[in-house]
Amino acid sequence: MKQVVFISGKGGTGKSTLVSSLSILVENKMIADCDVDAPNLHILLKGDVQKKDDFFGAKEAVIDPELCVKCGLCEETCRFDAIEECKVSVMKCEGCGACVLVCPQNAIKLEEVKTGETYVSKTNRGTFSNALLDIGAEGSGKLVTEVRKNVNNYKKKEEWVLIDGSPGIGCSVIASMTGADAVIAVSEPTKSGKSDLERVLGVARYFEIPAFVCINKYNLNLQVTKEIEAFCEQEGFPVIGKIPFDETVVRALREFKTPVEAGNSVVTQEIKNIWSRINDEMKKLESVS
Amino acid sequence: MKIAVLSGKGGTGKTTVSASLAMSLPSCQYIDCDVEEPNGAIFLMPELEKPSPVKVLVPEVDMAKCDACGSCAKACQFNAIAVVKDNVLMFPEICHHCGACLIACPNEAIKEVERVIGVVESNKDDSFLHGKLDVGEPISIPIIQQLKRRIKTKGDVILDCSPGASCVVVQSIEDSDYCILVTEPTPFGLHDLKIAVQLVRKMGIPFGIVLNKASDDSRIIHEFCREEGIDLLMEIPFDQDIAEGYSRGILPVQNDRTWQEKFIKLYEKIERGAGK
Repeated sequence: MKQVVFISGKGGTGKSTLVSSLSILVENKMIADCDVDAPNLHILLKGDVQKKDDFFGAKEAVIDPELCVKCGLCEETCRFDAIEECKVSVMKCEGCGACVLVCPQNAIKLEEVKTGETYVSKTNRGTFSNALLDIGAEGSGKLVTEVRKNVNNYKKKEEWVLIDGSPGIGCSVIASMTGADAVIAVSEPTKSGKSDLERVLGVARYFEIPAFVCINKYNLNLQVTKEIEAFCEQEGFPVIGKIPFDETVVRALREFKTPVEAGNSVVTQEIKNIWSRINDEMKKLESVS
Repeated sequence: MKIAVLSGKGGTGKTTVSASLAMSLPSCQYIDCDVEEPNGAIFLMPELEKPSPVKVLVPEVDMAKCDACGSCAKACQFNAIAVVKDNVLMFPEICHHCGACLIACPNEAIKEVERVIGVVESNKDDSFLHGKLDVGEPISIPIIQQLKRRIKTKGDVILDCSPGASCVVVQSIEDSDYCILVTEPTPFGLHDLKIAVQLVRKMGIPFGIVLNKASDDSRIIHEFCREEGIDLLMEIPFDQDIAEGYSRGILPVQNDRTWQEKFIKLYEKIERGAGK
């Protein structure tokens, strides 16, 4: 099974739109949403949840007031300012257990904390794995890893998994990228989009994952599109597609429809081209290795 | 007053709103807390001083003192240490800098060394600050903490946050007097707005909504605000000229007095909302 991850650096460039469109066009695949703190793909996929599990992705210190003698050692030791007057702040505690180690009364325990929920759904486009992080919870990277584990647990003989990533370059993005076969960076022709693209391509390079670029809404600023193409050329990241901005795409999304379902032929054709170029590039990679 | 700007969904216009507000106020401190992908500098164009590195403490083992007992690996809740046979393997990128391994080591074989994970940059008077996480690093919270240590005690502060609703956003908006939630009139915008609303409610921070890219579809956001009794502070219409300017790093407030006035009005509403 080949894993293709769609990321962008900057949010709102069109990752989920592209992935949901491909989920119609590509045969024999699974789909995963690795944006766990603001997931959107399920809105377009409309699946039936087959399996829902709580995910315990963090720990938290719990002080037994019966045993505590209020010596304050834990408070002194905690580097996250999570203990005040022998009370643990749930939002601040990282579950490191340093306080457990110093407590002379053995009054502190680490308890597992639920940090989110994972879902595996049946959709008419294939099996779909996603998750939702609890509000403000720790450990989004761990939850992303769990979403990818579920792909592995529920795969049959699919040839592909299309993974929708999150914005940024930190733990969630790294967790969605590691071990993938290819990264598709979805950019937009704005100064912010370009700056963010450069950083996220740096992450792909750092982890030695082949990366390709797709410029969405490319005609909104042809000058910046040119600059992005020049950057990619210079750095050796192939630009595999340029999708035009189209009012009808925006309108269709408001009715929960992908450009493919809305019958937008120009955009659909370009997305088909993108997929065939991904295939070509993957074949090239295989022949090299 | 400390005003944090967040959104849930990425690309809705957090930086547009934060930077516009910063440009419209006579004086304030702007802090870009999106240290994974900071964009405030593109619009505010500050003259940056020399970057200051953000360092964290990570363990280093003195193998002369270590007997490979494995206590450190057992104590580490983040799997950043593994003891294999007689060897100690450290994975400093995933270390949470908690110091538990130091406490756990019976031989005092571990000391802490500094490790750089990114930088903080500012202009001369600290009215602009941003942080940059080094490429390949997963943990950004120490950079946000360093930025927040430089918050001025007087005057207004605008904190431009990351997308999402995870711990980095919690860290950024904590202790704010008011949160602006920026959204767009799409099913995705609304879905993630609801998540952001839950977050600020949980943290007990007063908040209101700015609707960006407003259009005929704005109804879904209006209805949500009405049902939930949330203040809709301002609407920025979807406009080809605004989008084109944004792509070049230019905001409407820069050459339009009426936009500045709108953002000053936004500020006044926030003052009332925060009870200041």
